[in-house]
Amino acid sequence: MTLPVRFAGDLAELPTSAFGHRSLTWWGIVAFFLIEGTTFALAIGTYFYLMGGEQTWPPAPFSPPNPIAGTIFTVLLLLSEIPNTLAKRAAERKDLRALRKYLLIVCAMCAVMVIPRAFEFASLNVSWKDNAYGSVIWTLLFLHVTNFLTDFADSLVLAGLLFTKHSVESRRFVDAAENAMYWRFVWLCWLPIYVLIYWLPRWVS
Amino acid sequence: MRRRLLLPIPLFVLVSGCAGIQSVSDDAGRESGLIWSLFVLFGIVTAIFYVAVIAFLIAAYWRRGGSNQDGLPDEGGVTRERSLRTAFFLWTGAVIGSLSLLALASYFTDRGLASVNPENKPMVGIDLVANQWWWDVRYHYDDPSQNIRTANEIHLPAGVPAMISLKSNDVIHSFWVPNLAGKQDLIPGRINDIVLMPRRIGHYRAQCAEYCGLQHAHMALDVIVESPADFQRWEAAQRQPAPAPATPLAQAGYAYVTSRECSTCHNIAGTNANGTVAPDLTHVAGRRTIAAGTLPMNRAGLYAWIADPQGAKPGNNMPTVGLNADELHAVAAYLETLK
Amino acid sequence: MTVLSGKDLPRDGEQLQGPALDARLARTWGDAPGLWGWITTTDHKRIGIRYIVTGMVFLVLAGLSALWMRLQLATPENSMMTPDRYNQLFTMHGTTMMFLFAVPIMEAMAIYLVPLMIGTRNISFPRLNAFSYWMYLAGGVMIWVAFVLNIGPDAGWFSYTPLSGPQFSPGKRVDIWAQMITFTEVAALAVAVELVATILKQRAPGMTLARMPLFVWGALVTAFMVIFSMPSVALASSLLIADRLIGTHFYNAAEHGDPLLWQHLFWFFGHPEVYIIFLPATGFVSHITEAFSRRPVFAYPAMVLSLVTTGLLAFGVWVHHMFATGLPRLGYSFYTAATLAVSIPAAIQIFCWIATMWDGRPRFRVPLLYVVAFIVTFVIGGLSGVMQASVPIDLQVHDTYFVVAHFHYVLVGGAVFPLLGAFTYWFPKFTGRMMDDRLGKIAFWMIFIGFQVAFFPMHFLGLMGMPRRVYTYPTNMGWDELNLLATIGSFVVAAAFLVFIVNAIFSLARGAVAGANPWDAPGLEWATSSPPPQYNFPHIPVVSSRTPLWDNRNHLPVMTGLRVDDRELLLTSVMEAIPDVRDPSAMPSAWPLWAAMATTCLFISSIFTPWAVVIGAFPVAAALIGWFWPKSPPGPEPVIE
Repeated sequence: MTLPVRFAGDLAELPTSAFGHRSLTWWGIVAFFLIEGTTFALAIGTYFYLMGGEQTWPPAPFSPPNPIAGTIFTVLLLLSEIPNTLAKRAAERKDLRALRKYLLIVCAMCAVMVIPRAFEFASLNVSWKDNAYGSVIWTLLFLHVTNFLTDFADSLVLAGLLFTKHSVESRRFVDAAENAMYWRFVWLCWLPIYVLIYWLPRWVS
Repeated sequence: MRRRLLLPIPLFVLVSGCAGIQSVSDDAGRESGLIWSLFVLFGIVTAIFYVAVIAFLIAAYWRRGGSNQDGLPDEGGVTRERSLRTAFFLWTGAVIGSLSLLALASYFTDRGLASVNPENKPMVGIDLVANQWWWDVRYHYDDPSQNIRTANEIHLPAGVPAMISLKSNDVIHSFWVPNLAGKQDLIPGRINDIVLMPRRIGHYRAQCAEYCGLQHAHMALDVIVESPADFQRWEAAQRQPAPAPATPLAQAGYAYVTSRECSTCHNIAGTNANGTVAPDLTHVAGRRTIAAGTLPMNRAGLYAWIADPQGAKPGNNMPTVGLNADELHAVAAYLETLK
Repeated sequence: MTVLSGKDLPRDGEQLQGPALDARLARTWGDAPGLWGWITTTDHKRIGIRYIVTGMVFLVLAGLSALWMRLQLATPENSMMTPDRYNQLFTMHGTTMMFLFAVPIMEAMAIYLVPLMIGTRNISFPRLNAFSYWMYLAGGVMIWVAFVLNIGPDAGWFSYTPLSGPQFSPGKRVDIWAQMITFTEVAALAVAVELVATILKQRAPGMTLARMPLFVWGALVTAFMVIFSMPSVALASSLLIADRLIGTHFYNAAEHGDPLLWQHLFWFFGHPEVYIIFLPATGFVSHITEAFSRRPVFAYPAMVLSLVTTGLLAFGVWVHHMFATGLPRLGYSFYTAATLAVSIPAAIQIFCWIATMWDGRPRFRVPLLYVVAFIVTFVIGGLSGVMQASVPIDLQVHDTYFVVAHFHYVLVGGAVFPLLGAFTYWFPKFTGRMMDDRLGKIAFWMIFIGFQVAFFPMHFLGLMGMPRRVYTYPTNMGWDELNLLATIGSFVVAAAFLVFIVNAIFSLARGAVAGANPWDAPGLEWATSSPPPQYNFPHIPVVSSRTPLWDNRNHLPVMTGLRVDDRELLLTSVMEAIPDVRDPSAMPSAWPLWAAMATTCLFISSIFTPWAVVIGAFPVAAALIGWFWPKSPPGPEPVIE
């Protein structure tokens, strides 16, 4: 038998969605940040571990990667934070039209970024099969490409959703705000990787 | 309670008492002696803590006295918290104190192990290269013409430190002569080293202690610690080329071994068998075992091994050659002469 | 579209309670009948039970492989099996126990128990939970099918490179092992994310962090440990697969790689893994000790602090698995200190449990017997662990049977005994019936004694020089009798498990009916009926102490006002658990299964061609979009204000 109950309060007046740490999905996304962030950190640790065993970096006879494509990508990625911030603000004030506009701009910028991203692989000046140095910088780039494409796809789906009948649910604004947060994570992770792939080999060689 | 306290001591004696040829509880080497003393210290301290835990547990069982009234303790029932709290801090203090003591003991033992050759005596120099699943042994000297190559057996002079550099040709192995010292890994792409300081003459057994594939179980190494004079005799004998076969049967074996499959992999100094990928056979009959401790070195062992190497040690790299009976007799007879 | 105000929606409260409320909630939270309901369910209890049963099946499989090995080792120079079979067996035994039994079963218990213990209707992200189970199942089935086809992995459960690399392990065996890691990592990480969100956001009103049950604390610390450690093994095994399949050189010393990189990455995960298994078990011990000692756990703050400290220190000890690799000797001192330090919180916990019994009125029923067995056994393992923290001692006993004895004392003593106790303790909650006491006691004594007979001799075998992972041993080493003894002990343990399982099955059908709170335990999970309804609690309970059912003997305070026509949860604030948001909870769906199938295809085919990663990504993406697509039509509440 279960205990008899005593009513101690009512929850009916509570809101049904909230932004930031009041939202359940926010915590889920933060947990995924921690997982992906740990993976990146360990991959970076692997990079330094392998570097520590070498006399020169990159090991002879390889030359450091050509930074042009990577730099173009990085600049675009950082610029995309402007519409991303605007989209986040629009979501938080529940302005559907502005949100649609800025999210589409972010998506368009992503589509453009795919081009320099593709050229990044060709500018590494080493194959993953050549040696462990090649293996690790290919892996770092590959990990981030996955991260980038995942959120690109996520943004596209969300943008599509905003043009359907589901756009009226207030949860969509929470989703959009959290997607914007994810995009910040994407470029934050990229900055150290960018330095490790393109610049550190130049500085130490 | 006193009897419980004394219990661990006979256990240590028991273990020390049956120190075999591959035992941690031995002091045949300087390192193993130091480590075993440390182990006994750890054993006594941890045993005391174990007894304390069990005593507390038994006390808790006894104390369940008034449990006939099966229910929650009343408000007054929780007053013993205060004495428990004192005990809690005492316990935590004892744990931290003992751990610090053990950490210091461990640290100083480790320092003692690191200064293994304080008098800077000249050391025996050995290169040990591990292969799946055998040990390639080279003694090196200032005069390279004096170098010795053998396999699966190490001789060491008692009282003289030996510097062994450890390499691997394939996967990770681990070199472990428990009677003399702790273990050290052999890792491809790296060179580790270990200094042994044998103190007591005897025959000991080393065994690979890192899982290295199919025949990890059959990768032993005989370690013979002998007097410096005996060691010098052994060195001199090892430097000799293989003796020429004397009997017709051994001569037939010699002809087979030096002209057929065997010579592609094995080396026998003084003959044209000069393979390098398998154990050196120049003085194979002088060793204690065959195939890294798989079989004893005697006629039966030789026959079993040569006729069917895949039977005794399945998966090893020596193929079944398929000798006929005459060839088998001849090869075994010849190998037996390689003392 | 109709716009309803909050007042028009059906909710629980004065007007709707009792059987009418139960019926309404059962409609809302119930699954479809039959197989479709089984496939699509998002109920944490159904998925939890499924997880637990699957974990037990893997326990039996791993146990049988151990028995088979012990038969081979019963006599010296035994030729009962080939070395290849033996090597596959110990690899399967270790891999299954660690990746398919121990970690999943602890998470499974948390999946079932945590939402009940914190007074919520379902776990957060219920579809992710369903997905996690399917991934786990697929990974486990894959590796065991491979074993049956004689292509089981054979490089050991930690698969050291280069033995596991392309040169020394050709074929697909190690690829299957590494991909099984990927499956179980995905599953474990998914559950960890759910548990973190559930525990931080869904606790009953009033359940502040300082009132959280200790198992929930254990689950929370464990979930964070999974989040920080599992990426390491996922990365390690991905790099291994890359080395093997597309020719990278991470672990290849000849091309600037390093085999020791594997050991660092693996043990950075591998050591926390031990605590991932152990910390939830300490939660079981705390709950059982509390309930049967009739007294709240002694020094709760010290217990919580111990859990958190253990979780942190666990990340600083991985190098103690590598003392023999020849790393700089001075650095070892740090890891010795950290390893010794880990034993301090364990010592504190042990004291607190015994103190709870000492100060309470313990009733030695079967669950508490397992706690006693846990203390007697685990402390031996802990103390032999203290020995191995010392570098010199470790250099002797590392990779010998001493270590085999040590980690079985720690893992069986520290996790399996508490698990069996927990299973007996919560069995009435899972099923509504009690496990038989007499059979339970028989099984208990057989397991306890059989275990000591099987594993205590291994300490001596190790000191007498027997290395681990040998498929046979020579006869003149003095190891024969102790090995035979160990084999006999292992069969007693196996028989005991048989009795335990028979008891569970028998009690499921014929056991005494339990009622909501058969042990008079203090936790919220005992406030609802046994087994709990799909929605867990008719009203959301309110908590004002750590032992709510002991402190509210007559009435359980509750809160009303959640919708009953749609699946709705209560979110509360992280620290103080103040009611904050009503949040929708996912409906049943087959999409998690389709997503898991697509991911399984991707993982398995990537063993054969790297292009599977690219092509396979599309079905996975499609399944994920289907999964997250909002249900149609949009609900009546809320609209844009």
